[in-house]
Order: sequence, then structure tokens, then C-alpha cells
Amino acid sequence: MRLSLEARERPARIMTWASPLLAAVGSVIGVSILFAALGRPPLTALYVLFVAPLETLDGLAELALKATPLLLCAIGIAIGCRAEVWNIGAEGQFTVGAICGGGVALALGGGGAWWLLPLMILAGIAGGMAWAGIAAFLKTRFNAHEILTTLMLTYISIQLLGYLVHGPWQDPDGHSFPQTKQFEDDALLPMLIEGTRLHVGALFALAAVPFGSILLGRTMMGFRIRTVGAAPAAARYAGFSRNGVVWFCLLLSGGMAGLAGICEVAGPDGQLTPVISPGYGFAAIIVAFLGRLNPVGILFSSALMALLYLGGEGLQVSMQLPIAVTGTVQGMLLFFLLGADVLINYRVRLRPARAVAGVARHA
Amino acid sequence: MPPRLRLTGITKRYAATLANSDVNLTIGPGEIHALLGENGAGKSTLVKIIYGFVRPDSGEIAWEGEPVQIPDPNAARKLGVGMVFQHFSLFESLTVAENIALGLGATETIAELTKRIEEISRRYGLAVTPTRHVHHLSVGERQRVEIVRCLLQSPRLLIMDEPTSVLTPQEAEGLFDVLRRLSSEGCSVLYISHKLEEIKALCERATVLRGGRVVGHCDPRISSEQQMAEMMIGGALPVAHRTSALHEGAPCLQIERLSLPADEPFGTNLRDISLTLRDGEILGVAGVAGNGQKEILAVLSGERLSPDAGSVRVCGTAAGHLGPTARRRLGLAFIPEERIGRGAVGEFSLTENGLLTAYGSGFVRGGLIRFGAIAQYARDIIKRFVVKAAGIEARGSSLSGGNMQKFIVGREMGTNPRVLLAAHPTWGVDIGAAIAIRQALMDLAAAGSGVLVVSEDLAELFEISDKIAVLFHGRLSVPKPTNETSIEEVGLLMGGGTEAGASPVVAHAA
Repeated sequence: MRLSLEARERPARIMTWASPLLAAVGSVIGVSILFAALGRPPLTALYVLFVAPLETLDGLAELALKATPLLLCAIGIAIGCRAEVWNIGAEGQFTVGAICGGGVALALGGGGAWWLLPLMILAGIAGGMAWAGIAAFLKTRFNAHEILTTLMLTYISIQLLGYLVHGPWQDPDGHSFPQTKQFEDDALLPMLIEGTRLHVGALFALAAVPFGSILLGRTMMGFRIRTVGAAPAAARYAGFSRNGVVWFCLLLSGGMAGLAGICEVAGPDGQLTPVISPGYGFAAIIVAFLGRLNPVGILFSSALMALLYLGGEGLQVSMQLPIAVTGTVQGMLLFFLLGADVLINYRVRLRPARAVAGVARHA
Repeated sequence: MPPRLRLTGITKRYAATLANSDVNLTIGPGEIHALLGENGAGKSTLVKIIYGFVRPDSGEIAWEGEPVQIPDPNAARKLGVGMVFQHFSLFESLTVAENIALGLGATETIAELTKRIEEISRRYGLAVTPTRHVHHLSVGERQRVEIVRCLLQSPRLLIMDEPTSVLTPQEAEGLFDVLRRLSSEGCSVLYISHKLEEIKALCERATVLRGGRVVGHCDPRISSEQQMAEMMIGGALPVAHRTSALHEGAPCLQIERLSLPADEPFGTNLRDISLTLRDGEILGVAGVAGNGQKEILAVLSGERLSPDAGSVRVCGTAAGHLGPTARRRLGLAFIPEERIGRGAVGEFSLTENGLLTAYGSGFVRGGLIRFGAIAQYARDIIKRFVVKAAGIEARGSSLSGGNMQKFIVGREMGTNPRVLLAAHPTWGVDIGAAIAIRQALMDLAAAGSGVLVVSEDLAELFEISDKIAVLFHGRLSVPKPTNETSIEEVGLLMGGGTEAGASPVVAHAA
């Protein structure tokens, strides 16, 4: 007997819904084995990972806070992926957005002007767009692949941030810590819920969901994006410019990542430090695919990923597990989900080792 | 003498479709047997079973009276089955002999093989030069290489899958001579084609398939083409009518002295092409594939821009520098050769596929798609062109080739174009749909639009065109009124002959 995959005639509707459940069950089992192997009681660990963060208002606010940058970055990434434009460097655009918006806050903060926050946000968006624009230029002019360029630009942006906070922008009263001054109060985003760290950036992220859905589903631009992604020759035939779509997708996703970046530093952080993101821009790639490149799906997958972040912190604190465990759990989840996805378009068949039915009778 | 091959009760099911159902087929020694049927009738599944690509779910195969199983193509070749495919599998950068050596997995040296190739090609009159590189060869020559490759294995059954679709009429005649010669030496031939006049000329017996079942046998030498066609489609054959435009219309598409180098390796350079298409006229462009059809269509549709804006004019406006969208605005529509992946997107619904090129006709307002209107447009196409589909939400990939093509034709005609380019509009489409498509093209011309049809099907071009021109090695002959030329003359031009009938041009710069 051997296992084989057979293509289904059409995608199985049931599996579209069942595959995330199957993936969840698979991950829970896999994660439990991992915990058991590390010598921790699996049930307790699962509780710390998935349930404990949701028990308090503060926990829920932290969940939304962590989901915000993931959601913004992931929707931008997903729109690009629909056109087969692979922006792997949201992390870099996030960083440059934080630098540009943060620079405005440091330069102009404290005056109490009403336009300061809008200006910071615009600067953040513009920074992210410019950073992604470099990749768009390289792709459309020299055909340099955006997977490489956006990724390499990410490392440049992180060095740039490091230079700034170690050098020109370093807080003179900061005892030589690599960080900027704290932003003035007028350069901080207003809080949404008193007593928590949840800020108005979460509203931008929420608004990105209908924005992304309408863009992809109802506008001509979204139609162009999907056509370029699904059938490049059909897009050429229809007269849709691939370069136009590449520019649009990279600028849009760069701008959204930049927005996420400035919201992060003008929100909970309140200053620039060498490390402003625990890898939101990279985790957002997972989030985008977990959400099936669909903005509504991404709303849920970003919440799930945020939960993993919080639960992972809980595991470190209360169960003394290393941070690598969080990464392992993320990886398992993605592995199971993509694995289960295969079942939407394929069915598993068991066949005898040599299928010679029928004709074989007469041999 | 037992039959060379006897299939009994062959059944093969793919998920929901029965590709072959209880098929019986008997081929005698030295017999030239035609396998007839529309697309999806089960011809290719049956051939794949004989050649060992596919195993039947049930049924028996007997080779010269002995029950056998054919688990893979190697086993088929060992029995003595050879096959020439519709699409060749030759390496462009190797010589003929090297290609053949690869295919044979031969142990002999290239020099020995070269001698054998020359011997075979002399014996059957198949002009093949073993030392030439394949990328220099015309399509007809490549086919001869494939045939020589089969003959080197001394087959006792040769399967030919749509062999003449890439040949000029004269080349096809040469192929028939080879097949008749083989038959007289006792080699059986299974001949698959939808060109009924060829089958009448060549075959002694025919088996007709429809919906995976054998629906009849006939002697093509006696049965008429109409009888065979009706057997294939299982009903009366609709007839297309042409009401010809009498007056000479204004030019709606002009090419003036256009030369353009190929933009990909092994592409064809366009050389000094001039052409005028007038309102109400159907202009047919004949030619063997690979002589510049792809290139000329890309330059006309705007997918490729020409350096000189004035070298292409759409309705009088210089358009060489304009992309497809701008040319569509001038009144140009285009039915491309590939359906899924170019003319339509497989993952998209028919509504969205309607939008693909019609978006400029009021279906977008303020950047937003008017889904209600475009859905109605798709519904109208489906109704007018009798497209068989599960409604406007059906995905493009769920339609058969013919139905997808009818939808694309409907979409391109729905915007009332003044110029329509149609590339191989009925290629691979079943007879009923092909007639509907030809009729639609003729109706459009009757309504005053100009139609340019690029096709390899000469019978089709002669049926619908007012004028015919021939593409050869990137040059276009002067269009001639259809009633002043003949299939023979066009065939000579397709092979590189001049209008005076001089010797064919051999040189071919890639």
C-alpha cells in the first residue's frame, strides 16, 4: 500500500472550514508533545499559552495592542501576495516608519500643536512607502527580485535605527543607554481604554480590514492586482500594467507597515530604542498566510498570533521556558495549517503498491 | 491472421467523468484506422491506454492475438507501438541525430545512428538531415524527425495524433505517402484527426467515439464528411451562412512597412509587413505555426509596442505606441490563442472574466466595479452564445475549451468593436461551437466591422474570409481575394514558395 494525493475536481467546501480546525487539533497535539518532552505538564502549559492571557481586561488590551502592528503589516503583505508581489521586508518598512515619525516627534514635540500627531503619522507612512519604493524601483527598473531587496533593506533599516539611537539621536541624559529622549505628551497617541496601554492605533488597524476587503473585492485596482497574480499573460492581454501593480502593492504595504511602526513608538514605547519590534514584520507574513490572504481572515489570524506572543511570554515567566519555544509553536501552527490546506484541493488515497486492476487478471 | 491490436471492453473513469466506457477497437495488420470524435470524446484517453501512459480500470488488450498488459510506454515500444505526438519533444540546441539518440536510449554511436537515419529517410522519402540542429528546422521537418525516431524502432503500429495540424497541404500529402508506404509494408496506423477530408483520403476504416463510447464504425472512403461529422456530434450539422459585403469599406486596421526583431529566443522576426483591413471585411492570415503569427498579433493587440507609432493604425489613428487598453478604446478587440491563462483567468468567475477586457465600457465608476451591470453582461453573453456553464459564478476553469472560447468571443464582440483580431478562433473547439463562432465572426463583418483571422485551418479560412494572405518566415504575402486563389496556391506560399510557384525558400534565420 502507498499513500497518494489526488487532485480534487473542485475545492472541497467542507475542508475550507475544517482545515483550520484540523490544524488547531494537530498543533495542540504537537505542542503538547513538545511540552512533555521539555518536562512540563502539557495541560498547564496549554492553559498558560492559550487561555490565561484572555482572562483579564488588561490581557485583552495587550492582545489588541500586539495584534495592531500584525494586522496592519499583514493586510499590506496579503494585498501584495495576491499580485505575487512578495514583500518580505515589512519589518524594515515598519522600522523606517518609526524612525521618520519618531524624528518628527523628537524635533517638533512639546509645542502642543494639534497637527503634530497627524504629521508624525504621515511621516511614518511616507517613510514606509519610501523604503518599499526602493524595492519597487529595483524590481521595475532592473527586475531585482523583491524577496531579496525588501529583506536586505530590512537589515539596513535596523542598522540605521541603531546608528541613530547610539549616535545623533541619543538621549544626552540617558546615562549612555542607546535610546532617544521620551516623546513629549503631545507626541503620544491617545489611549483607548484608561488603565491599559491600548491606543488609537488599534482603530487604524481595524479600519484596514474593510479597506483591504473593499480594495481587493470591489475596486478595479483590486481586480488588476488579482489578475496580475492569477494569470500574468491575461493581465498583459487585458492591458493591466504589471509595473503599476508592483509599485502600488509595494507602496501600499510599505505605507501600512510604516503606519504600524510609528503607532508602535508613539504608543506603548514612547521613544526609539535599538529594538522596537519583536519581529512583527516577519510574523505578519505568517499571519497573512494563516488568514488566507483575506483581510477578514487576517483579523482572526493576527489575534491568534498576538495570543501566541502573550502566551509565549507567560510560558517564559511562569514555566521558565526559553523564548525559542514561542517560535517553535508558531512554526508548528503554520506547518499544520499549510499541511491541512492541501486537503482543500487534494484528497488522500490509499492504493495498492501496484495498481494493475482489470488488465492484470489476464496476465 | 489475428488482428494487430484488439481492445475489448476498455473502461476508464476519472473521478466524475467516464472517459472511456466499454470501448472495443480492432486494428488489422497494415490497416490505416481513423479514430474520430470531438474534444472530450475519449480519443486521447484511449490512445494513452494503448501507449501505456494510462491504465484502464477494466478491459482487455490483445496484441496479435495474445493478451498483454501495457504498464508503461517502454512496454508499448517493446511490443512495437510507436507514437508521434501533436507536440514534439525535441531539444532545440541538439542535432537531429543527438535528439534521436536520446529518445532511443541507444547504445550505438552517433555515426552509426546517422547512417541508419539516412537509410530510413531515403527508404521512406522523409527528408531529414541528421547533422542539422533542431532549432533550424521547420515544424514539418521536426515532425519528420519524430517519425524517423519511431520508424527506427520498426513499429508494427504507429499512432499519429493530429499530425497535419502543423503542416502545409503539400507536406500533409507527403506524410500520407509515407503512411501508405508503411501500411503496404504491414505496419498498422492509428490516425487521429478532426480533418474529415484527410480521413477520407487516407483511412480504410474509422471508429467514432462520442462521450467515451463507440457510437459507430464506417468506411471513410464511402461515408460522406457530413455523415461522419453528424456521427461525431450525434445530431444534424448546423450550417454557417455568409452574407458578403459588396462595397469596399474604409480602412479600420493598417500596418505599414513594419519590421520588428523577435523579442525572445527562437522567435520570428517580422519583416516589412504591410496590410490593410477594411470595414466589413474578413481577412484571413494563413501560415504554419511559428512563422510570425504570435509576433504579429502581439504587435497588433498592443501587448508589444512598435517603435514607430505610425506603423500600426487603428481606425485611422496612429496606435503603434499605445497599449492594449488605449487600442481597445479606439475600437479594437482581440480573441487570443490561449484561452485559460490569457483570454480568461481560470480562478475567476465568468462575471470577473467578463470584466477582464470590457472594463472600459462603463462597468467601472469611480474606481469601483459595478458588479450588477457586469453580471448582466456575463448573463447576456452566456445566453446569446449558448455557453454551457453553471451560471455566471462558475469558474473559468470549470468550462470546456469550446464553451470558454464562446464566452471569450461573446465578450470581445459585446463591446461592438470596429476591428476584431481572432487568433485560431476555433482551434480545439468542437464542431458545433466552431460553427457558432465562425457565424459570429461573419455576422460582425456583415454589421460593418473588420475582422482579421489568423488560423492554421485552411478550410476555415476559405470558408469565411474575403481575402487571404500568408505568413512565412515573418513576411506577409499580398492578400488575395479568396475566390481568386486556391488551397494549392496558399499551400505553396505556406511552404515558402513564391506566387509564381518557384522553389521553396530554405534559409531560415532564427
